[in-house]
This record gives sequence, structure tokens and C-alpha cells, in this order.
Amino acid sequence: MAEKKKINYGKEFSKGILKQNPVLRLVLGTCPTLAVTTSVSNAIGMGIAATIVLVCSNIVISALRKVIPDKVRIPAYIVIIAAFVSMIQMLVKAYIPALNKALGVYLPLIVVNCIILGRAEAFASKNPVLASACDGLGMGIGFLTTEFLMGTVREIIGAGTWFAGIQDLLVIFGNNPLGGWNGFDFTEGLAKTGLAPITLFILPCGGFFVFGVLMACANKLADKKHLPKAEKVGCASCPMAENCNIKSGGNCEKPAAAVKGEAE
Amino acid sequence: MKSYFALLIMGLITNNFVLSKFLGICPFLGVSKKLDTAVGMSTAVVIVMCIATAVTYPINVLLVRKDMEYLQTVVFILVIAALVQMIEMFLKKYVKSLYKALGIYLPLITTNCAVLGVVLLNVQNGYNFGQSMMNSFAGGMGFMLAMVMFSGVRKKLESCDVPEFFKGLPITLIAASLTSLSFVGFAGIVEGMGLSV
Repeated sequence: MAEKKKINYGKEFSKGILKQNPVLRLVLGTCPTLAVTTSVSNAIGMGIAATIVLVCSNIVISALRKVIPDKVRIPAYIVIIAAFVSMIQMLVKAYIPALNKALGVYLPLIVVNCIILGRAEAFASKNPVLASACDGLGMGIGFLTTEFLMGTVREIIGAGTWFAGIQDLLVIFGNNPLGGWNGFDFTEGLAKTGLAPITLFILPCGGFFVFGVLMACANKLADKKHLPKAEKVGCASCPMAENCNIKSGGNCEKPAAAVKGEAE
Repeated sequence: MKSYFALLIMGLITNNFVLSKFLGICPFLGVSKKLDTAVGMSTAVVIVMCIATAVTYPINVLLVRKDMEYLQTVVFILVIAALVQMIEMFLKKYVKSLYKALGIYLPLITTNCAVLGVVLLNVQNGYNFGQSMMNSFAGGMGFMLAMVMFSGVRKKLESCDVPEFFKGLPITLIAASLTSLSFVGFAGIVEGMGLSV
């Protein structure tokens, strides 16, 4: 056997939070990031649900990486992920019904969240169980942090509240876990100064805007550390890379012309 | 009949899949740089969405009858994955010209949340078969509308002088925000026309 590569678990964990933040750096999982961040509570709920699925599926896929035949691995991964998502969905439905209602169709859509399939393909299928779990946890927390940031900006500017409806999320810890505290409400204070929340920010257009600005900030930070800008490139993170007949190193645009060129 | 028209308007404009439901953002950002790729991708999405709805509707009826609704997510994603593979194989063998035009986009569609999303939304909203088909078609056309419009916006964007750190995706997202803002103007149009689903 070849000598085993030493795995730095701390590094596998921490890379997902900043250096390779799945949302802002790898540009994965954009749909839920935009859709459920209208309030911090929803964002946290989504982030935790996705993190649990990510860690569990990473562990199982990594444990089965030598059993799953290479040719059918994508469907196999999808089944594993879908199973965990269904479990989470049922748990949320049973214990946090308000969250289930708030997330709606986006909860089952964790299945097609490209962060999860992307990590399965890029990391869990090649690394041992513990490292995969660390990677999943790090990526999940990176996702959660970004969701939280987006939710904070959008909720404060768009609705004038912060952590509103957190009670619904904490309902699993019994009644009134925070002594009746149900988030900050700035609307009254704002009204005194004659200001009103900018509702546009909790509308879809606000989501795109905040995400764009956050990504620009991330680019600025990355530039200081001489990292490349976030771009929608990287077949490494694309789950379909192997089946994909676009072998262009990530630019899904060029091949169309190339394929046509061949046809002519 | 009225409800079908309402669904069409909603899918195309007020509840546009990309711009107001955030489904299918990845292809929206990834493949909308040029008009022809935008059209190719969205055509493939419309076709797959409609076929997926037609196939999953009876399966869902069966699941509900057997009291196995909890399997919906697993079953739907598998059906969609298999379906996409089959469509690809079919086109490759019998409709070569279409395969050349759409083939490269098909594998990417399996993980497109718009397809799974529309199927799940049909179930959640309790649409009947006709309504489900209309919703999928309208959703797909809405996706196409957004993609085609946005490819035009991006073309203009290329010749703009953008601040250094906004170059690339950030400015694209802000352009998407403005495109989405213009769709907010249509809010209430369905109710205004006296339509409902």
C-alpha cells in the first residue's frame, strides 16, 4: 500500500467556512441562498437542514465509496441524498411545522442543492469517512454563515426586524425557550424617525442585489489574500462533470460552438 | 379555461420561475451569456419539464393511493434522472439534429432545481393533470423568457465599465436584480384581470 496521506481534519473543516465558502467562492447552492433568506430564522433553519443532510450524505457516500460502481455513482449519490432529505423533511414536518411551511418547496429541493452533490463528487467519493464528515460540516457551516449574513441584511433592511419568528424555530426545545423573546423589532423606532423598511429587499430583486454585493465584498477580501475571483467555472464542483460531454475546463459556454463546429 | 390562462400568466410573468421563485438559478447564471445557448438550454428545460410532469403525475396518484407520500422526493428525482437519460438516448438515436442542438444541456438538467421544483409544486398545490401540464409549460416558458431577456442584458453588460470587484458574477447578479425588479411591476396582474386558479 502506498503511504497514507496525512489528513488535517481542522483544515478540511475550516476551508469550507472562508477560503472555499460554497456560496460566495464556489458559487454553489445559489437557489436556496436567494430564496429562503427573507428572514434570519428561515435562513438558519435552511442552513441547519442542509448541513445535516450534507454531513450525513458525505459520511455514507464516503463509507460506500469503494462499493458504489463508478458508472452509476451519480444516481447512487442522488438516492442517498434524497433519502436523507426525506428524513429531514419528515422530522421538520413533525417537530417544526412553521419552518416546513416557511421553506415550502425549498426543503425537498435540498436534494438538488449542488453543494451536496458537488461535495459528494469532489470530496466524499475520494476521501475517508472522518475527513468527509469534517468537510461536510465545514461546508455546511459555510453555507449556514452565508445564509445568515444574507438573511440579516435582507431582514433588517427589508422588514425592520431581526430574528423575527425565532420562536417557531425553537419550538423543539419546549414552550418559550427564550423567555418570550421573539426577535428584535426596529420598525417602531424607525417610524419615529419617519423611516420605513425597504420592502424591496425581501422581494426577489432584493435577494439578487444583496447576493451580488456580498459576492463583490468576498471578491475584495479574496483579492487581498491573492485568491482568484469567484466565477461560475469549475467542472470540479459540477456534479455532472463526468457524464458531461463538455470538456472545456468549466466554461459551459464555449463547447456549444465547438460542438457545432464539429458538426459542420 | 380561465384557470389555465391564469397559470400561463403566472408562470410567465408574476411567478416567474427564475426571477421570483429562484428556481434554476445555476443555468440562469451559467448559460445565459449568449442568446443561442440560452435558447438551447431553455428549450431543453421546457421539454424535460413537460415530460417529467406527465410521467410523475400518475406515479404520484399511485403513491398517494398506497399512502407513501413520504417517498415523493426520492421517487421524483429518480424518475427525472432516468427520464433525462432516456430522452438523451432517444434523441441521440432518432433525432440527431435535435441531439446536436440540445444534447449538451441535457445532462445538466437532472440537477436543475426548476424541474424537480415544478413537479413538487404541482403536487403541493394540488393541481389536476391539465393544470399541472399547463403550470410546467408556463414555468418552462417563463424560464426561457428570463434566459432570453437576460442574455440581452448580459451582452450590454459586457461593454460596461464595472468596478473591479463587481466584475463577473456580482454585477450579473445586480443586473438580475434589476430584471427581477421590472417583473415586480406586474404583481397583481392575475387578480386584476379577474382570474384565479
